[in-house]
Amino acid sequence: MYQYDQYDQAMVDARVAEFADQVKRRLSGDMTEDQFKPLRLMNGLYLQLHAYMLRVAIPYGTLSSKQMHMLAHIARKYDRDYGHFTTRQNLQFNWIKLDDTPEILTDLASVEMHAIQTSGNCIRNISSDQFAGAAADEITDPRPWAELLRQWSSFHPEFSYLPRKFKICVIAAQEDRAAMRLHDIGIQIIEKDGVHGAAVYAGGGMGRTPMIAPLIKEFVPLEDLLSYLEACLRVYNRYGRRDNMYKARIKILIHEIGADSYRAQVEEEFAQVKALGIDPPRAEFDRIAAFFAMPDLDANASDDLDLSHKDFALWVGQNVAKHKAAGHAIVTISLKPIEGIPGDATSAQMDLMADLALQYSHDELRITHAQNVVLPHVRKADLFAVWEKLVAAGLATPNLDLITDMIACPGLDYCSLANARSIPVAQKIADRFADLDRQRDLGELKLKISGCINACGHHHAGHIGILGVDKKGKENYQLSFGGSGAQDVSIANITGPGFDEDGVVDAIERATDKYLAERRDGERFIDTYRRIGMAPFKEAIYG
Amino acid sequence: MVDQLNHTTDTPIVSMDEFLSESNAIAVRIEPGEDARLLLPHLDRLTLVEVAFPKFRDGRGFSSARILREAGFTGTLRAQGDVLIDQLSHMKRCGFDAFAPDVPLNPDHAATALATWPEYYQTAADKAVPIWKLRHG
Ligand code: HEM
Ligand code: SF4
Repeated sequence: MYQYDQYDQAMVDARVAEFADQVKRRLSGDMTEDQFKPLRLMNGLYLQLHAYMLRVAIPYGTLSSKQMHMLAHIARKYDRDYGHFTTRQNLQFNWIKLDDTPEILTDLASVEMHAIQTSGNCIRNISSDQFAGAAADEITDPRPWAELLRQWSSFHPEFSYLPRKFKICVIAAQEDRAAMRLHDIGIQIIEKDGVHGAAVYAGGGMGRTPMIAPLIKEFVPLEDLLSYLEACLRVYNRYGRRDNMYKARIKILIHEIGADSYRAQVEEEFAQVKALGIDPPRAEFDRIAAFFAMPDLDANASDDLDLSHKDFALWVGQNVAKHKAAGHAIVTISLKPIEGIPGDATSAQMDLMADLALQYSHDELRITHAQNVVLPHVRKADLFAVWEKLVAAGLATPNLDLITDMIACPGLDYCSLANARSIPVAQKIADRFADLDRQRDLGELKLKISGCINACGHHHAGHIGILGVDKKGKENYQLSFGGSGAQDVSIANITGPGFDEDGVVDAIERATDKYLAERRDGERFIDTYRRIGMAPFKEAIYG
Repeated sequence: MVDQLNHTTDTPIVSMDEFLSESNAIAVRIEPGEDARLLLPHLDRLTLVEVAFPKFRDGRGFSSARILREAGFTGTLRAQGDVLIDQLSHMKRCGFDAFAPDVPLNPDHAATALATWPEYYQTAADKAVPIWKLRHG
């Protein structure tokens, strides 16, 4: 894992001191709320329905046991003993007091963490593949690239007052586990003539106008990457719309002028920027990359696994993925127990996951955009011990990528922008499909719920998506099918008129029944949908 | 630097349109939507460029400033308008060396804000040596 040197630490410490000063000026009235707002947002502090919410960055989703213990400590000391893992590889604390924030940020800084740029119209936390460094299908570890971008984008002087927020994702595997093309900039590390470089996609996003990012540049070599991104951002900063908040994302700019015209402008800008010498030398990338070297894995680890315990075998089949090293595996801990709140973890659970990481996973944890937690480097021989401890903590639900492994945003239970609640709907669906055999029969089925059109719950990218809307003062849920955030990326289509809370659960059941009746060998729900189209599903739902 | 915090000048400042049609002005004002690159052929006779920030949230002026400095502009580059203390450090890094805020800035607060960062991650339009260079000499 990356470790701060004195420079990184000094930057984070400086930010804590700066924010403490800003909070002081706000509390004393030297600053208006209007002036304070963009500053607190750049430190991840939102004002929610009931309290302040603090969003902590987990850069590219990687953290150590010490960092996870600190999150548990903050949950215990300053919040109500739990936190919410988000689709952007952040952690949100929902019940924070403004006066406590400087102290919380100091605690975070003591373990090389921060809340910098987790909101505001700046470059946000860089997201990545949760299996990075462990995945059998990656060409390299994308995290050194992501860390390079984290440093470049932190306190960027030119790009801190962009038209709108800006999200960057970096992956390096065949399978897209991070919804890369639904980001403002998505980067896939590829290989050309034996060297690694970045395929740059731009203008993807969700919100009220979902778009899939088109390819802007096929191959940007490492030594040009920062100059190229600087050019991408400068064109956006200068020409992105600022007249309408809903049209201010880069996706709208690229959609309006066209990818070709955007690409041409970026090339022109790049010619200027490249001459400035802003790209760090290869040695800096190598310095960063050294931190992400594969940990010292047991070279003699065996691939044998005793699957005679039925429940253990189920969990291994569902939640354990192939590791690039022999005798090892990647464990995904589901934060989606049937009665739970998707993505929430108590401080005790965080402590336990941290302990497991230290003992069994070379001190590393990952957060996934589907709101689960990963132990990336576990010996197969240790899987049973890990599983038993997870079972005892209620963390061994074997439902990864099944219908109850839902993404859900906080919705009207917390969020000031919400139109409808997400959590109770998620719980009702989980309840209806609680039977594991039934879930397994339905197979991979990504269900995603947002409480309003902002789409924090990725509903556009759900095989089944649910969007909460307000219909004459009543919570109403729109259903959509056919979205995907993976390498078969697509945007979902609305089925028709919306439903009330129970109605939407019934409709999903009718749709999954239809799928079971129609599916051909090996087809997932989304494959059947793509083959037969909306009409048969519509008929099943609306009759 | 802090001397330039509430900067004033007697030089008449003209709009971009006026400047580009009238040949003898030496000070010009850029609005957020205007293209700083149009000034590049005229940099040698400009002594002051004022970049307008009608709303602090509108960050286009940060790019205008860098474009001018990157092209070699050495005159006074002044940020005018809704300029906040907490933006000073970024503005300075983008090349601003004078400020004409709508609401005068408190010099002590400004000094604190400008001293926030010990070093910087990126190369920008100021003279700061980026951290990656400090690391590798
Ligand atoms: C609770 C407070 C939150 C607020 C006020 C909030 C606000 C917003 C807004 C306004 C947008 C739309 C941006 C746009 O369309 O330009 C958005 C998008 C998004 N948010 Fe949130 N959000 C919150 C929580 C979350 C949570 C909990 C997650 C993760 C589960 C999240 C992840 C995202 C994602 C992935 C998007 C879509 C990205 C995109 O627009 O392309 N947000 N959020
Ligand atoms: S989708 Fe809407 S309701 Fe849900 S967290 Fe985002 S802004 Fe809030």
